Amino acid sequence: MFQSGADKGLRLGTLALALLSTSVLGLIVLFVWLEALPAMQQGPWGFFDITEPWFPLEGKRGMVPMLLGSVLCALGAVVIALPLGVASALFALYYGHAGLVRPYRWMLGLLAGIPSVVFGFWGLTVLVPLIGQVQPPGASLLAGVLILSIMILPTVALTAEAAFKAVPLATLQGAHALGLNKLRIALQVLIPAARKGLIAGVILAATRALGETMAVLMVTGNVVEVPSSLFDPVRTLTANIALEMAYATGAHRSSLFFSGLVLTLLVAMLALYAHKQEHAR
Amino acid sequence: MTQLRRNLVHRRSLDPDWCLGAMVYLAAGVVCAVFAWILFDLLAHGLQSISWSFLTELPRSSGRKGGISSVLVSTLLILLVTMVVAVPLALATSIWLSEFTRSGGRLVAGVRMSLDVLAGVPSIVFGLFGSAFFCVFLGLGYSILAGGLTLACMVLPILIRTTEAGLSSVPHEWRQGAAALGLSKSAALWQILLPAAMPSIAAGLILGIGRAMAETAALIFTSGYVDRMPESVLDSGRALAIHIFDLSMNVSGGDQAAYGSALVLIVAIGLINLLALKISDALLAKRVVYA
Repeated sequence: MFQSGADKGLRLGTLALALLSTSVLGLIVLFVWLEALPAMQQGPWGFFDITEPWFPLEGKRGMVPMLLGSVLCALGAVVIALPLGVASALFALYYGHAGLVRPYRWMLGLLAGIPSVVFGFWGLTVLVPLIGQVQPPGASLLAGVLILSIMILPTVALTAEAAFKAVPLATLQGAHALGLNKLRIALQVLIPAARKGLIAGVILAATRALGETMAVLMVTGNVVEVPSSLFDPVRTLTANIALEMAYATGAHRSSLFFSGLVLTLLVAMLALYAHKQEHAR
Repeated sequence: MTQLRRNLVHRRSLDPDWCLGAMVYLAAGVVCAVFAWILFDLLAHGLQSISWSFLTELPRSSGRKGGISSVLVSTLLILLVTMVVAVPLALATSIWLSEFTRSGGRLVAGVRMSLDVLAGVPSIVFGLFGSAFFCVFLGLGYSILAGGLTLACMVLPILIRTTEAGLSSVPHEWRQGAAALGLSKSAALWQILLPAAMPSIAAGLILGIGRAMAETAALIFTSGYVDRMPESVLDSGRALAIHIFDLSMNVSGGDQAAYGSALVLIVAIGLINLLALKISDALLAKRVVYA
């Protein structure tokens, strides 16, 4: 096709900037990897040794309790947010009164826009004392799970809504014509048909929860230990980085970058899986 | 008769339709209640600290007293740096993706996947990267510039995704029409495609600003904690979100000021969202006239 000089310039210029945008991810991986290199040279498996405590200044760098803390918080949040989010999508699509659905959607949008530090602050001043009344100290895995579930709820609800919308109307009409009641249609037709979209949404929400820092940092108590109950304090990988980066040097700093690298890999794998799920449809 | 019998059978046990409806309404009610709880708590405690002097005075005694003027200025400067860097990059990338590529190319797939992964990178990792790259490697130190650049990397995927969605929603006939009229691709882009995609671009911009304003973790080690009035973008400056974090975690007796700051932050984000809605509506209305 004929292309003027200006068009060629535009094409090459945008290509160059597109490559620059793409290189950001590479730069991030490269620099975090470079900083983590000294820690990795001491043997990366020391990080995953369950028997080792986290005293990075003394060369003891076991981060399993924190990895577990991150995973437990995210998992708990998904367990709570998934049924709520699915029900919320059913409400917005099929059940809600038309006059209620518009403000409800608007509210979900606002909820999604609340900064994580505000959720953390609310958790710290309201939720933690409340849990502390049931069982001290209050700053606990449970507080982290609850705060995270509120934070990822809009993501789950919106992706579930999109997944339900993608189910062909004929499928639902067919189920209705077979005389199935609404509960059965929802549980045995709608949700299985929207399975892929739901999974992608849940993974998206889980990566959000795994990567969340401020809110969990403010409510989980930040003790490095494997929790034995929901009321025990935990420290997540993200919170650990935020807490210790300010004064960490040398091998300690490098260990923190290594934990960041582990976190990124974990999230990237989940994101790639979701990417595949979404594009496989 | 059979219908009647079925109804009778149903009445004996709990009607499943009614059950599901009740559960769905209950869930929606719980979500609403939590939202109302958070909002009410912020309003009840935050309103009393908000005054004109709170917005215009410098913070005193680690933020317990005084206002948040320097914090607001730092926040705005960080946002400015973020948008000045991220918007042109995002525009160019999405123009390239939607106008100069064919779907199915390997380079395109790679670019898209890298952006998808970038969107999922945890904000604290952006903070680590910003600290290693902008602060140390490029020698910017703890500065508003370093913080803004870090956030620019963070909001880039959001801006690209929304802009590209806007561009690809413009009907293909418009491009063919422009080509038939002898317009060059660049002219078609500036005169037709970008104006048509404007509502979506504006929405993305606002989304990005909202995300950047809410960010804390990526800024702790890049723009820093200093609550003095910044004199240039090379000074360290404390963002509003960090101010809230510091007051509630590190400053005893800072809760009252933290409530005030949190309310300011929420209201600012709410106003920006509202503005986005209005701009987007206005542009949409205009577009219909053009079409």
